[in-house]
Amino acid sequence: MQDSGISVLFMGKNFLRLLEGLWVTLRISLIAVLLSIPLGILFGMFMTMKNPVSRAVSRVYLEFIRIMPQLVLLFIAYFGVTRAFGWNLSADVSAVIVFTLWGTAEMGDLVRGALISIPKHQYDSAAALGMNKIQTFGYVVVPQTMRRLIPLTINLTTRMIKTTSLVVLIGMTEVLKVGKQIIDANRFDYPTAALWVYGVIFLLYFLACWPISMLAKKLEKRWR
Amino acid sequence: MEERIQLQVSGLVKRFGTETVLDGIDLCIRKGEVVVVLGPSGCGKSTLLRCMNGLESPSAGTIFLDGEEVTSDGKKITQLRQKIGMVFQSYDLFPNKNIMDNITLAPVKVQKRLKSEVEQDAERLLKRVGLWEKRKAYPRELSGGQKQRVAIIRALCMNPEVMLFDEVTAALDPEMVREVLDVMLELADQGMTMVIVTHEMQFARAIADRIIFLDNGNIVEDSKPDEFFTNPKTQRAREFLQTFAYKKRRTHTD
Ligand SMILES: Nc1ncnc2c1ncn2[C@@H]1O[C@H](COP(=O)(O)OP(=O)(O)O)[C@@H](O)[C@H]1O
Ligand SMILES: [Mg+2]
Repeated sequence: MQDSGISVLFMGKNFLRLLEGLWVTLRISLIAVLLSIPLGILFGMFMTMKNPVSRAVSRVYLEFIRIMPQLVLLFIAYFGVTRAFGWNLSADVSAVIVFTLWGTAEMGDLVRGALISIPKHQYDSAAALGMNKIQTFGYVVVPQTMRRLIPLTINLTTRMIKTTSLVVLIGMTEVLKVGKQIIDANRFDYPTAALWVYGVIFLLYFLACWPISMLAKKLEKRWR
Repeated sequence: MEERIQLQVSGLVKRFGTETVLDGIDLCIRKGEVVVVLGPSGCGKSTLLRCMNGLESPSAGTIFLDGEEVTSDGKKITQLRQKIGMVFQSYDLFPNKNIMDNITLAPVKVQKRLKSEVEQDAERLLKRVGLWEKRKAYPRELSGGQKQRVAIIRALCMNPEVMLFDEVTAALDPEMVREVLDVMLELADQGMTMVIVTHEMQFARAIADRIIFLDNGNIVEDSKPDEFFTNPKTQRAREFLQTFAYKKRRTHTD
């Protein structure tokens, strides 16, 4: 098959370009996740505080982030903020900010869920053994929330990797855009290129997310 | 039993919202004394015990442990709680830690004792209750009775001066009650000061130096066990004891 679409992948730097395209979103995802985890832990603890003000504030934040499509948030950050304040945020930076805000909200909610899932008598028995708040948190609460949180956090990471493909809409050349460019350039010579290019993109996403899920399973087992 | 006062409760009032659960409790417990607290469900037995180690803070009144006031002041209360162990009705072992780690966690992290030293204590106690083979097991692998015995040992390894037991056999299958109560009886024999809430009347009678009967937030009776069970002074206590006595009446009518 002379004109098999598969050959477009090996033309010029096409494959490398696809990888670079994937890296654009992977990098944003990884930075956003790495920032979201500590911020989300703090946010989750903030949400479980008894203080009604902290509850109201966190509720509003969480709902706002959840109701807004990520795309709208991206537009606000990239186009809106630039206009309104004259800050010239690059697409990269806007994306990291938006996905960190989103990740923090989601992570916070996961942390909150894990924290309130610890029965009250666990706190009581830790206290009855003379542990202070920090010790109770460090030796009793955190280890128990870990097991629950790890798989959920991993899940959030893979969601993040998938969702960051939206950055194409603020002009970034990520893997799908590169794929489209390759397909368009070869439209007439290799009509089946689309199948191959998207197939490879599928595979790349799988290869990016699969090891992460495996890691989750492994940690889950170890911490049982 | 010595004359020294171990635990002194004066004018203890505890309210939850508008509900007054404890309404001026005065109670003085001497070193080595075993006090069993009885009373209908919801009369405030758990609340009384929880006030004694500062898990609840009194609305009024004071509690002195060994001459030191039990306050909710963070640093002081964690110090005081090391002198007062508590075992609850719910199985409260830490599910993510094995039996040995459950026992050694607080003595090592809170009291900063040597792990090897604490493990020796744990070994001695685990062997005594026949659970040494389970030291590497996780709480979910133990029966309820085994979990409660471990919970008692975990509290004992802090070397407390007083032990509080809040219905520790209430959630157990009947055939497991005995193994837990035996551990408590042995502890009483060794001279531990104990405050026990239980619904096991025969056990209460056997172990107690003193029975406290609570009703409507007050101590309505404070007597020797034989006196309380054979000849309760108040109508409320008589009614309460009746609720446990139905088995006996049935055998008579057969
Ligand atoms: N944390 C709490 N908040 C509100 N009410 C409580 C709380 N703890 C106990 N109570 C109430 O106090 C009363 C006594 O409870 P408790 O001490 O558990 O009784 P007992 O142990 O004798 O069954 C009950 O009516 C209960 O509903
Ligand atoms: Mg109770």
